[in-house]
Amino acid sequence: MDYANYLYLAVILFTIGGATVLLRRNAIIVFMGIELMLNAANLAFVTFSRIHGDLTGQVVAFFVMTVAAAEVVVGLAIIVSIYRSRRSVSVDDINLLKN
Amino acid sequence: MTSGAEEVLFWCLAPLMVIAALGLIFARKAVHATICMVFVMISLAVMYIANQAPFLGIVQVVVYTGAVMMLFLFVIMLVGVDAGDSLVDTLKGQKWIGWILGIGLGITLFSFLGRLTLSGGQGHGSTVANNPAELARVLLGNFVFPLELVGILLVTAAIAALTMTHKRNLTRRIGQKELADARVASGARLTPLPSPGVFAQRNAMDVPALDPQGNPVESSVSRVLRARGQERDAIYDPEIEQLDKAGRPAPSTWDHEIEASSAALDEMPEQGAGVADGEASQSENSSTEKED
Repeated sequence: MDYANYLYLAVILFTIGGATVLLRRNAIIVFMGIELMLNAANLAFVTFSRIHGDLTGQVVAFFVMTVAAAEVVVGLAIIVSIYRSRRSVSVDDINLLKN
Repeated sequence: MTSGAEEVLFWCLAPLMVIAALGLIFARKAVHATICMVFVMISLAVMYIANQAPFLGIVQVVVYTGAVMMLFLFVIMLVGVDAGDSLVDTLKGQKWIGWILGIGLGITLFSFLGRLTLSGGQGHGSTVANNPAELARVLLGNFVFPLELVGILLVTAAIAALTMTHKRNLTRRIGQKELADARVASGARLTPLPSPGVFAQRNAMDVPALDPQGNPVESSVSRVLRARGQERDAIYDPEIEQLDKAGRPAPSTWDHEIEASSAALDEMPEQGAGVADGEASQSENSSTEKED
């Protein structure tokens, strides 16, 4: 088996994550799509790290995980506070700048 | 090149991962999407470990499956499980544009990958056995400054989450004393509600308690049972009448008995009330002993 299979899997997962962000309206699911994209990128990092025999790729994946954790915390806090004020988590309802 | 076992693992896991990831797009409920996502995360951890990155695999399980996805579940519980997607199109044709863009993204990435020529690959070889130590060597050797920055970022994120979800008190805090004062001022009931059925002939939830006059107390039956019409009548229940026929005094006769006994007590010569009570309890005790 070629290492490229892992990369193809990463690309498929990234595409699905991107499609989720574009298609879903529930803010929480949109957020999970972003997480899926980050994870797909991580898989690509780890695979490239293995191809080149260099651990730097794994370190970068580690950083991505840490930043993603911070991002999730802040993003979910935003979702919760928006839900408190507008009683909805649909991204279509958040159009305060409109009109 | 990879081994045969890894190939089997990959081809078992990868299709399931893709199906679970598709669940993110097609699942109607947010909870189902989250569970699909958890599966993808755990499978990714297995993929990392198969890819000679055991430390990252375990971190993936701990951070993503253990912390991040559970945080997602918490937030879903917080905003309501059935907060589904709105079915109204705010942007016209957004669905088709989304599909076109998504598929276009996939095609672009695939074509890039197709033009890529990968060498056979070196693998990590001997460093896999002590992967965390080697990782730490790179992390603390070349990436100390980014590591510090990430630390600051995490602290900032924690404070940001605290401040953003903090609920500001716009009015004065209502404590126990204020609640009690308000209740007294409004003239509402101050004591707890009476428990059901205590002075009726049974201890069931659906039988109202009787007040000293023998009238049923409606508020002693649970509000839900009253709303459903499932409460029972205290006195005219046929089951209770059967019990009455079995030799127990009917509740309506209690008052007369009490009156009779009090009249008897009045007729007794003047004694200390406490002594009389003591004698009465003693005689009761002896009678119960005899019965036993």
